[in-house]
Amino acid sequence: MSILLGKLTLDALPHEWFTIGGTVAVVGMLATLVIFLTYFKLWKWLWKEWLTSTDPKKIGVMYIIVSALMLFRGALDAAMIWLQQILSHGSSQGYLSANHFQQIFTAHGDIMVFFVTTGFLFGLMNLIVPLQIGARDLASPFLNTLGFWLFVSGAILINFFFIFGGQFAATGWLAQAPLSELQFSPGVGVDYWIWSLQISGLGTLLGGINFIMTILKKRAPGMTLMKMPMFVWTSLCSSFLIVSVFPILAMTINLLFLDRFLGMHFFTTGFGGNPMMYTNLIWSWGHPEVYILVLPAFGAYSEIVATFSGKRVYGYVSMVCSAIGITLLSLLVWLHHFFTMGSGADVNVFFGIMTAVIAIPTGAQVFNWLFTMRGGSIRYFTPMKWFLAFVATFTLGGMAGVMMSVPAIDYQVHNTLFLVAHFHTMIIGGALFGIFAGITYWFPKFMGFRLNERFGTYAFWCWLVGFFVSFVPLYILGLMGASRRLDHYDASMGWQWLFIVAALGLAIIALGALFQVIQIIVSVVQRKQNMDTTGDPWNGRTLEWSTSSPPPFYNFAVIPEVHSRDAFWEMKHHKEGTEVVYEDIMMPKNTAMGIYISGFAFLIGFGFVWHIIWLALAGLAGVVVCVIVYSLDDDTEYLIPAAEIERMENQRKLS
Amino acid sequence: MNEIEEKNNIITLGFWIYLMTDLVMFSVVFSTYAVLHNSTFGGPSSQDLFQLPFVLKETLILLTSSFTMGLAMLAVQSRKAKSAVAWLAVTGILGATFLTMEMSEFAGLIRDGASYTRSAFLSSYFALVGTHGLHIAVGLLWIVIMICIILRRGLSPSTSRKLTLLSLFCHFLDIVWIFIFTMVYLMGTMH
Repeated sequence: MSILLGKLTLDALPHEWFTIGGTVAVVGMLATLVIFLTYFKLWKWLWKEWLTSTDPKKIGVMYIIVSALMLFRGALDAAMIWLQQILSHGSSQGYLSANHFQQIFTAHGDIMVFFVTTGFLFGLMNLIVPLQIGARDLASPFLNTLGFWLFVSGAILINFFFIFGGQFAATGWLAQAPLSELQFSPGVGVDYWIWSLQISGLGTLLGGINFIMTILKKRAPGMTLMKMPMFVWTSLCSSFLIVSVFPILAMTINLLFLDRFLGMHFFTTGFGGNPMMYTNLIWSWGHPEVYILVLPAFGAYSEIVATFSGKRVYGYVSMVCSAIGITLLSLLVWLHHFFTMGSGADVNVFFGIMTAVIAIPTGAQVFNWLFTMRGGSIRYFTPMKWFLAFVATFTLGGMAGVMMSVPAIDYQVHNTLFLVAHFHTMIIGGALFGIFAGITYWFPKFMGFRLNERFGTYAFWCWLVGFFVSFVPLYILGLMGASRRLDHYDASMGWQWLFIVAALGLAIIALGALFQVIQIIVSVVQRKQNMDTTGDPWNGRTLEWSTSSPPPFYNFAVIPEVHSRDAFWEMKHHKEGTEVVYEDIMMPKNTAMGIYISGFAFLIGFGFVWHIIWLALAGLAGVVVCVIVYSLDDDTEYLIPAAEIERMENQRKLS
Repeated sequence: MNEIEEKNNIITLGFWIYLMTDLVMFSVVFSTYAVLHNSTFGGPSSQDLFQLPFVLKETLILLTSSFTMGLAMLAVQSRKAKSAVAWLAVTGILGATFLTMEMSEFAGLIRDGASYTRSAFLSSYFALVGTHGLHIAVGLLWIVIMICIILRRGLSPSTSRKLTLLSLFCHFLDIVWIFIFTMVYLMGTMH
């Protein structure tokens, strides 16, 4: 091992067909992007208007773009997994080695959870939360940009082996110990896993802190906690879960790193290490994480169903209570991921009952949504369609979940494709449909025009049908005994046709994704027809619709006064002729410090992955210096005089 | 409430939340230690290794540093920059003494063959106490920077705010140390 390059040698460069393919694709895309930006002289614009921006509306859009790219990447992995499972039965071994296959399903899981769903949700929260609470910005614009760039840094690191070689973890998405220990995974794959999650997880943690500060302290005057929109409530619950459990993740992977790097013995098989402790620790983060992902989606559904039913959300107080109930209960169920560990009947029964009990607040939410629709004049725009599909899918997946909460049943289906089908139902049918619904619903707010309904409906049907064609076979396969992460099975099992059906489902989903791309292109081309000039395209109820579409960078020229829930609905229907008085506004300046710190954090990660100690230390020093320099800078805001606001407001009213 | 006060409020709240997340992180190493403290794998146990009188000195030094930090904050509140700097310096020196003692304890253990690779118990011991030590090191760096800032800029509102956060951080580390002292050293040397 050399001091200069650590474990990094020429062998690390890509030399297998799928990494070379990845390298060519990634380098090709980057080169195209660079040429495009250079040809149109857009670098400066990109840097000043977007990359260094502290505006949550822009950071939200960037989160969504990165997550969409990662969704494409994760879907390719899914296609490769199913192709292998179709081909590799009986005497055929498929087209991937077992090790490649393992790397692919590991990457698929990590990317979909950490870089797709989490990213999309942070995107939506950034876009919507400040507007819904009548604020101009988050509590700490700097932590927001830093959190985003740490997320990007992690996303680059998890994909970096494509460019720089090496390999990814072949351990399953949670790097289960002792498999992830040096003894069984000597390569750099697990180290890439550790550092990409460590860095992006830190970003998520900062984001969680920031949203709690924002929601608790930056609400418009008059907006008490019980007058907050449901999306704000669920974002708050989700943020509380983030700050409660992401530190567990950080420390757990840190201990794994110490095992691998310094030869400690937390989770090793020898020297008194305890691998099952890893399982406990990682799942006491991992289960709440599921609720972190789904709670904001619940909030988005609450907003959508109220708006398109033309009614207040039914049972607001019980909605809030059930969201809090889900938040608290989700911290008490982690052991249901490993009933088979054999903790004894008493422990298993406690966690089994806790798991089943979560269905009660969740069920309360579902019934409240249905009661909101009852007697309303419902308008079936695409967000509403996604919502209805969610209700059916999520209820189905929830039933499967309650079923598995019974330890006796869980012993039968543990680690089978039944479980895989269950959590895909929850994450696709719950969180992802919610994200699509939310993006369609709030799109006009940020772009100034609505998305095309026709292609949106096509996309919706493809996703819904494709989802069931994909995952119903997995439920059946699981009950037939097909275990998850299976790279080969005997021909006599008769499973192949079900895998083929599942892959067909993925093709239908891909068609749906294609329709979504077409939908965006068509909507941009025909934007004149779907222009939103009022700022309130759906006859909305909450404050984000009270400002123009797209909102000015300061969101509200005058901070609104809130008197009731559904504040904007109230304003529309009880117009008071108060005269507008503009005041000076303080806005945060742009800063590139988030990019620098995340760049240095990337060096720390990369240095430790390859054991290039000087690089890791240099990265660490860089982070420390940047933090100090930033903390010395008291000049982070600028003032916009009231007269300037008035001029801008009048100009916007004219155009 | 004016804008600066409001901003201070928000930042202090954020820092409190950060401290709570840090506490969760500590709780992971605490529970790891609780699970592994008997997994000595034939190596030395806590009874064999820990010297209570030495650790008691460490503890008293750290607690005194918390007290001097409090004195520094009193000086900040009565806008006495010089005495604030002096008390911060005393706090820093006490903290550095504590850290040096801890490092010498670590070095002694490693020299005697009780290194962090020896057993799961020792891994969890080094991780728990080391995490605290790392925090102390960050606190020391922070104290040095704050002294420089006070000397150059005086006690501006933003400096006072940073000092408030620093003092929260120091007291937080003291509280964590009380638990380490109890759980690792007192309970570890009980027969």
